[in-house]
Amino acid sequence: AIHLQEPEGKHMGFAWGQGNIFVYETLFKATGSGSPFIHEVRKDEDIYSPILRKLFNESHHIFVGLQTIREDLPSKNKKPQFVSISKNYRSVIRACMEELHISLNPTVSILLAIELIWNLCEVLFIDAAPAGSLLLHLLDWVRLHKADVDEKARDVLQSDSPAEHRDYWDVVVSYVLQGRLDEARQMLGKKATLTPAANNIFKMMDNLLSKMPFYNPGGTQTLTEFDVKWRHWHEEVDRCLQDNSFASNQHLEVLCKILLGDEDTLLEHKDLLGTWYHFLVSRLLFCHPTVKPTELHYYAQVNYSTKTLSAPEPLDSILLAAFEFDIHQVIKDCSIALNNWWFVAHLTDLLDHCKLLQSHNLHFGSNLREFLLLEYASGLFTHHSLWQLAVDYFDHCLEFGRVYLELQIERVPLDTERKALKVLRICEQRQMSEQVRSICKIMAMRALRNNRLGSALSWSIRAKDAAFATLISERFLQDYCAKGTFSDLDLIDNLGPAMLLSDRLTFLGKYREFHKLYGEKRFKEAAKLLLSLMTAKIAPRSFWMTLLTDALPLLEQKEVIFSADQTYELMFCLEELTSSLNTPSSDSDKSMQEEDVELTKVELLRLALSRNLAMAIVKEGTVET
Amino acid sequence: MENINAKYVSQKISKTRWCPVSYSSLQQPEVFATGSWDNEDNKVSIWSIGNHNNSGLEDGFEGDPQILCEHKHGGDVLDLQFLDQERMVSASSTGAVTIFRYHPNTHTISVLQHWARAHSYPCDNAPCTALVCSSPEIVTVGEDGRIVVFRADQEGAVRVIGEMRTRMLPPHKESSLKLSVVFVRECRQQHNSRGDLPKDHGGFDGDRAPLHCVDRHPNQQHIVATGGQDGMLCVWDVRQGGTPISLMEAHSAEMWEVRFHPTNPDHLFTCSEDGSLLHWETASHSEMPSFLQGGRNSSVISHGALTPAGGNRPLSSAWLCGDSGKGCLETTHMLPSQTMSVNSLDIIGQCLVCGTDGEAIFVNRHVPV
Repeated sequence: AIHLQEPEGKHMGFAWGQGNIFVYETLFKATGSGSPFIHEVRKDEDIYSPILRKLFNESHHIFVGLQTIREDLPSKNKKPQFVSISKNYRSVIRACMEELHISLNPTVSILLAIELIWNLCEVLFIDAAPAGSLLLHLLDWVRLHKADVDEKARDVLQSDSPAEHRDYWDVVVSYVLQGRLDEARQMLGKKATLTPAANNIFKMMDNLLSKMPFYNPGGTQTLTEFDVKWRHWHEEVDRCLQDNSFASNQHLEVLCKILLGDEDTLLEHKDLLGTWYHFLVSRLLFCHPTVKPTELHYYAQVNYSTKTLSAPEPLDSILLAAFEFDIHQVIKDCSIALNNWWFVAHLTDLLDHCKLLQSHNLHFGSNLREFLLLEYASGLFTHHSLWQLAVDYFDHCLEFGRVYLELQIERVPLDTERKALKVLRICEQRQMSEQVRSICKIMAMRALRNNRLGSALSWSIRAKDAAFATLISERFLQDYCAKGTFSDLDLIDNLGPAMLLSDRLTFLGKYREFHKLYGEKRFKEAAKLLLSLMTAKIAPRSFWMTLLTDALPLLEQKEVIFSADQTYELMFCLEELTSSLNTPSSDSDKSMQEEDVELTKVELLRLALSRNLAMAIVKEGTVET
Repeated sequence: MENINAKYVSQKISKTRWCPVSYSSLQQPEVFATGSWDNEDNKVSIWSIGNHNNSGLEDGFEGDPQILCEHKHGGDVLDLQFLDQERMVSASSTGAVTIFRYHPNTHTISVLQHWARAHSYPCDNAPCTALVCSSPEIVTVGEDGRIVVFRADQEGAVRVIGEMRTRMLPPHKESSLKLSVVFVRECRQQHNSRGDLPKDHGGFDGDRAPLHCVDRHPNQQHIVATGGQDGMLCVWDVRQGGTPISLMEAHSAEMWEVRFHPTNPDHLFTCSEDGSLLHWETASHSEMPSFLQGGRNSSVISHGALTPAGGNRPLSSAWLCGDSGKGCLETTHMLPSQTMSVNSLDIIGQCLVCGTDGEAIFVNRHVPV
């Protein structure tokens, strides 16, 4: 909560950011004093927790693996894969829970709830266990989420006299309620040895416990056979109760009643059961172990209303919806209850792969799975670091993912070149040329601002941005005119085919080539190149003077380099240049000195050209004898 | 490949480095350092994979990295090197260079020295992109195009090698300056006063794609391997310069690091943006091993670009054989499945450590070398 200091007369203004809101105090008046603070309100703190980050990263890995499961396998073969993926997700949640537990973080309880829900969804929807196995899975589910039994048992066993520990009977009853009959029998054995007088009844109880049938899904017994067997056993237990066999020991009598599934007895042990769903499962275990999935919801409703431990919580309604096989309701309730889209996005995605979600389109956006994934990924994008994960999520949202990605990727802050390269790689792999161009332009401008022309040029080459390349080439040339040397020679020398990106760039490359040729004393080729630069109109007019001046040393050589024809062309260029310079549009504020220099240059050129022409004519006219 | 486990560490790892072990002991390395990037608060951390007296097997795997200590770091860690067994140097995206000291007894890290603006533009920060250590000197390179030499015990920079305007490599090639930095060390004796770069550090003309990483063969200093933006692995002979001896299509995206194995240089490791870490093994004179443990592996015939001149040299390395005549190159993927970009790797002995953008560290203690 943000509290305004002295709230009278003050207002709160806000502005949307990316995933957050900036809130500030204001008077909405031009003058007056106010608090200088801006508060940033983030709607999702979870993504900033370092431990939860592991959850996001690991689950991203699992998510990507899930998307790449081959579509052509029959669904029969895919179910074990889906179940194992579901278990992977759950183990990631558990790993986080353990770490959070150590650091006493309150998010643990939320993760516990999430894992509970996910586990139930796995049992009911993904594994879709039929009658018989269903109860076994539900038993596992309950056992997994009631860890205090083991703690209590450990305490009892480690005490001097376990059978006389005050929690002893609690432990035994808890074991029975969870269907862990072997362990219950072991515990009972300890009491039995202490009270040899009551040996008989203990033996009887042990007998009953050992004979309770459990359905074996992999076995040869059919469900009906199991049912028959179970009923026999049930009748036997009932007979023992009616015979008052356990009348002498109150605890054993209670156990017997539990084995019969007596509702009142079960209710008496509310605190041991803890939750209504434990109550539900225990009751099913002892009343109706062959419960069918379709019958579940009836029992769930009934048991929920009889045993509300506390005020109805969101968790309860989610679980109820799950028992009713109403997947959409589960997802909807979870979306509302949790402040982070992680859970619903991943669960929905998995369920969608299992083909359990009817593909009804929402009246906005696309289907449910895509909507949730987009929301989740958009949330990730607001994180300074986790945005990279979000890219994969967008990739697997077929309808709108690309659009979202295009919009978001441009807003990733580009602090270093390395980060820019990574973002660029993402864009290039997806042929997002607009974004590539925009990112390269940002980096190029930044380089330009720091006078790093070579860097700016490479960025514009990468973006294939001709206009910008032209701009930078101009800068290069201006630099050259100012300083007489080139910077970033290596880059210009190695342009290769990139040179053709823009005319100015081509000129720059070729001009540099001219310098190289000159440096290697390959004068004829250098001369030819120089001439072609002007005649082919590659060189901008403004640069011709410089080029002609570069030609001077070649003209002054003892050896004739420019042929007569070439000299004529040079003269032509010079005339073209001077005629345009002499037009009145030339700058009138050129100082006298500059004009002088210009004139001298032109004269020198004229002289050199004529001399060269003379020598060339003579040379070409000479007949070799 | 069964020996490799992921440890999720809640920070994107940009560099991992083993703490050097003394060569006299034949121990495998146990301690490594990591640097993070792209976090609001970046950190330099020290991890251990040794056997702990107290942990038992509660973390599941013996050898699961445990964090020993960490220290805040301003800006992304762009490079990290160990000066010696206790000190490490980091290069930051803010342009700063810092020396950290790790105290193994108290498991703490302290800052020994900090040069805040080793590299900078007039109006901005220039990231320091790479550094090379040869105790007590540290040579760093930054996006501003300068090479700066520091000494570990001195306050200011010892030498700044120019604005590099006349011979500046394009900024993507900053890390290739590492190579020339290596040459600078060698040439220092000759160019004491001017600290010039040697004129021709094998002007890599044929190379069009920007380079990101460079490594030298530990024994034969003229052999250099490079990797760049196009993911190609090039092996060069610096004496002949110009064109690479062999070009291999290694990865489908930028290659971030390439490393020769320090004691067994027939092995080379590369890691890349495409999420794979490859182990290259060249058969020198013996029969190529017909088995390689685990994982997908494929034979890659190197495309020779240049046959070694001068006929048979007695000490020519298998890396210099352009054609497949002398044997194939075997490559193995070292990571179990597609991960996010692998930013960094380091190998000593049989232990390999690498860090990814998926905020995971992978350690393999039984690399077949």
